[in-house]
Formats: sequence, C-alpha cells, structure tokens
Amino acid sequence: MTSKKTLAQAIRGTVYVVGDNIDTDQIIPAQYLNLVPTIPGEYEKLGAHALSGLPAGCAPFVRAGSARSAHSILVGGRNFGCGSSREHAPVALGAAGVQAVVAQSYARIFFRNCVATGELYPCETDERLCDVFKTGDEAEIDLSANAIIRLSDGRRFALKPMGDAAPVIQAGGLFKFARKAGMIKS
Amino acid sequence: MSMTITEKILARASGKAVVKPGDNIWVKVDILLTHDICGPGTIGIFQGEFGKRAKVWDREKVVIIPDHYIFTADEKAHRNVDILRQFAREQGLPYFYDPGTPEYRGVCHVALPQAGHVRPGEVIFGTDSHTCTHGAFGAFSSGIGNTDAGFILGTGKLLVKVPRTIRFCLDNRKPGYIMAKDMILRMIGDIGVDGATFCAMEFCGEAINQLNLDERMTICNMAVEAGAKNGIIAPDQAVFDFVKARTQKPFEPLYSDPSAPVQGERRYDVSGFEPCVAKPHSPDSYAAARECGNVRVDRAYIGSCTGGKLTDFIAAAGILKGRKVKADTFLVPATREVADGLATATVDGKPLLAIFEESGCAKVAPPSCAACLGGPVDTFGRTSGRETVISTTNRNFIGRMGSKDAPIYLASPLTAAASAVTGHITDPREFMQ
Repeated sequence: MTSKKTLAQAIRGTVYVVGDNIDTDQIIPAQYLNLVPTIPGEYEKLGAHALSGLPAGCAPFVRAGSARSAHSILVGGRNFGCGSSREHAPVALGAAGVQAVVAQSYARIFFRNCVATGELYPCETDERLCDVFKTGDEAEIDLSANAIIRLSDGRRFALKPMGDAAPVIQAGGLFKFARKAGMIKS
Repeated sequence: MSMTITEKILARASGKAVVKPGDNIWVKVDILLTHDICGPGTIGIFQGEFGKRAKVWDREKVVIIPDHYIFTADEKAHRNVDILRQFAREQGLPYFYDPGTPEYRGVCHVALPQAGHVRPGEVIFGTDSHTCTHGAFGAFSSGIGNTDAGFILGTGKLLVKVPRTIRFCLDNRKPGYIMAKDMILRMIGDIGVDGATFCAMEFCGEAINQLNLDERMTICNMAVEAGAKNGIIAPDQAVFDFVKARTQKPFEPLYSDPSAPVQGERRYDVSGFEPCVAKPHSPDSYAAARECGNVRVDRAYIGSCTGGKLTDFIAAAGILKGRKVKADTFLVPATREVADGLATATVDGKPLLAIFEESGCAKVAPPSCAACLGGPVDTFGRTSGRETVISTTNRNFIGRMGSKDAPIYLASPLTAAASAVTGHITDPREFMQ
C-alpha cells in the first residue's frame, strides 16, 4: 500500500535489537494474515502484533494492549525479512511506528515491499550494529548524511547509500514514482 | 551477446534485444497470480490507486486461486474470500477458482500449472514468495508484495532489476532414495538462506533432466529459501507435453546460451547425496537423516506446494505400504487433481488412499495450504504445543506451523514417511532395497 505518512529524513528514537534471519513469520505470524492492510482498523491491528513471532523470552516489541511500539528504529543482522512475500510484514512494522530498519542485509521481497509501500526505510550497514546497540539505546538516523548516531556517546556509524531504491523511496513509493516517471496517469 | 534463460525472458518481456544483470527494466507481465491472503490487500491497493471502477489491465492474465485459509471457521478468512469473489464478479475474471464450487483447485503453485496458466518463456508474478515454483516450466516467475501486484493489476507491467544468475549443475543419476527435496536442501545448506539473495538460481544437469515435473517444482519452489528472485530449469519435452495438454495458447521457450556469463557455478555429483533434513529453525540447517536418529518425532506432515504433489504421496506410500505409523501422520494433497490421484494411483497395485488408511494415517484433508504456515487456530494439522514435526513443507522458522514450541524438521516425503513409521528421524534406505 502507499503509505499515508511521510517519513522524515531524520529519525530519532529508541532502538529495538534483533539478530540474523528475522523471518516474516516472526515479524507477523500467519494467524494474523486474515487482516487486510488496506481495510481501516486492520492496519492498526497488524501494528499491535508486529514482531509477536519472536522467540519466547524476547522483550515484547509492542506492549500488550498497545497498538504501537515504543521503538521507532529496528537494528538487525543479516537477511532481515526473509521468507514470505506478505506485505503485512513491513506494514505491521510501519503501523507499530517503526520508521527504519538498520541491518547488514535484507531478503529481496521484504526490501522491495519496504520501498514499494514507503512504510519504512530499509537501511544497510557494513558494520554489525546488532552487536553494538542494545534495545532501548537512543539513536538518530540522518538519511541525508547516510549515518546512524548513538546518542549516549555520539558514536556515528555509516549507512550504505540506498542506490536504485532511493529515487523510488524519495518519490514516496512505487505509485508516486511511476506517476512522476509518466508510467501511469496521475 | 550471450544471455541466460532468465535474462532472455526478461529482455523479450521488456522489448529489448539485450539486458544484463543490474539493469532496471519495465517488463510486461503474462500472468499475475494472487490468493486469499494477499489478494484482498492487492485489490485494496488497486482500487485505491486506480479508482473503485478501474478495470484490470487484462482479464485473461489475472488468476486468483484462494488456497490458504479455506477450511476454517475464521470469519475474516471468509470475508477475505468474499472480497475476491466480488472482485472477480465485478471484473468478469474468467480464472477465479472459487472455494465451495467445483472450480476450487487448492494450493496455487500446484494449481497454476495444472489449470494451464504456466507456459515456458513467459513472465509470472504472484503475491506469494513460492511463485518461484513455476520456473520448473522454463518461465520467469517471482514473488511480490501487494503494492507491486496492485501496480500490475492496473498497468500489466513491473519495474524489475535483472538478477545475476548462479548455475547449479547436478550431475549423474540420482539414486532412488534421493528426492528433489534432498537435492534442494543440500544446495540451500551449502549456500545458506541468503546465499542467492537477489539472484536467479538456474538448475541443470543430468539429475535435473531426470526429474519429473513434480520434482522440478520442488527444486524451484525452494529457491526463495536461499533468497533467490527466481529458480529456473530449461524446458524440455516433458514440459511441452504437460503444458500443451492444458493450454491452447502458443508459447516460445527460451534457453541459456552456453557461453552466457554467470555469477557463479556449483557442481554436484548427486549419486553421493544422502537423504537429509533441515533442522529447526532454518531451511539451511542441513543434516543427513541418518545422523538424526535420536530425534523423536510426534508428527509427520505431508503436504503443501513443496511436498504435497502426487509424486510426493506415491513416494510416501511406497514406505508406508504394509507398515503402521508411530507418529501422528497428516496428509494434505496440494490440489484436487492430486487428491483425485490418491484414489487412482497405486503402489504395487494398491490405491494410495487404502495404503494410508491401513498404515494409520489421519484421514486425508481437503486440498489447501493447511498447516504449512500455521494459520487460524482451527487449521488442520496446526501445531499447538511441543510437537516435534517432520514435514515435507518448505519452511521451519520458529512458530511456522503454529506453535513456537514445536520444532520442525524439513525432509523429503520418503524421509518423512520412514520417520512416521519408526517414530524418530529415519533414513528411508532402512526401508528400501
């Protein structure tokens, strides 16, 4: 879906840290796929269940009874978003208030769905930041400078430039990009 | 300039003579597939962006196959099928396989070729990651999200980055105890779950040519478990015969040039392969089945687009015939055509259904995705506790089949059936001569 919100170039908030191969079943378990992202009210419900498939023992990403997470930045390792093509995954994260994921690499469909929906920025880093950050750390992402800064000590980590995805994200997602490019009528 | 089969298909679909990996191109789509999980959201995008009264770009090219949450009391699941039903009616779509009618087929990736919608050399997109299955017929076929699918519904086109190709050559003939599932789990085990991210996995070699189409589908189906954009196999006479029996539409197959540059090539001697499993919780967690004999299994599950085809049930029946299962054994044929085959196909003269019944399997469920992805709580075969499952499905992520506490071992139907009989993970060679 085309996001109604506009993502800022600077994102500030607390991070939630996960590891490698966070699959779409962990991001939004299949039992919630009966919710349709474009139906009013169900978008928010998807947010309430974001990351509820993480293994038992993980700190809840969204508190029980809440529809949004306290965290606006996710930090992961390799192959974030692997598995299903369910667009419910980036939508659930976006609906929970996540504005960016910072990971070493992404699964293809998840990355593409982030770009197409404009729900959140899939930022890549060379450095394994899931070993550097802790859940609850305050951070700021400066997309114009391709950097994430940990606010407690001012440490700065480089993000990779977004490459081919950048013009699509900058346009506001696939539909806005295609209209701008004259591919579809506005 | 020499190109791979994937590059040639994308070049033709984009109206270009030549494309190379990394090129961003607009391709014309031959088939858009969707189902009950992602179809309603795709329709929502389409109507939101193109207008409530907009028409799809080509009614003949939209195929809707509800298959995920069909046999459930879940109200939203039924609401979602109703959304598809209404859309199909409004748009006059000829290819809507409606549950509860004789048109219902079952799991989309097996139903799509069975219903004659897959042709060599064509471009297929589907709102399901396992859409890569159809590369088994020499098509470019890839999974996408709702927004991309909504875009296709309105325009018939999609912006695609041409993938680099990794070629997997499987040499020599496979032994009878090795199935396609063992081959693809071995390859994923070697390259990892992100080993082919953004790439095309092209499968070739004597062992691939030897596989029937069910088995080729198993190989291509799991390309996404290594992160691939598509899996693909050069089409041959077996493909042409299958396709021509199911569609009148002409097609023009394409083939890789032998000199086409690829990102990498991996060679395997399949004669040395062993029956294997993928251990919890990742499809790349490879282990030989014989090394896992200490793993007790509570449940065997034979089903899904990966492991619920007729070939899969015939293999399982070969092991189960004349034996009793110790583990609870759940059988879910992928489609109606497969289900019909269970009644007519035989092993040593005995129908598969009779073999399964005598061996103590649970009553065969109607075709659908069922517990492959957990689903609503009343889904057939869904895990609810600490059951250890051996399954012919494609993913063993934590919680995948319902319960986070239920470890899942992926395996071939031969290995799943052998393990069902003994109650622990078992190399099927123990039951084969």
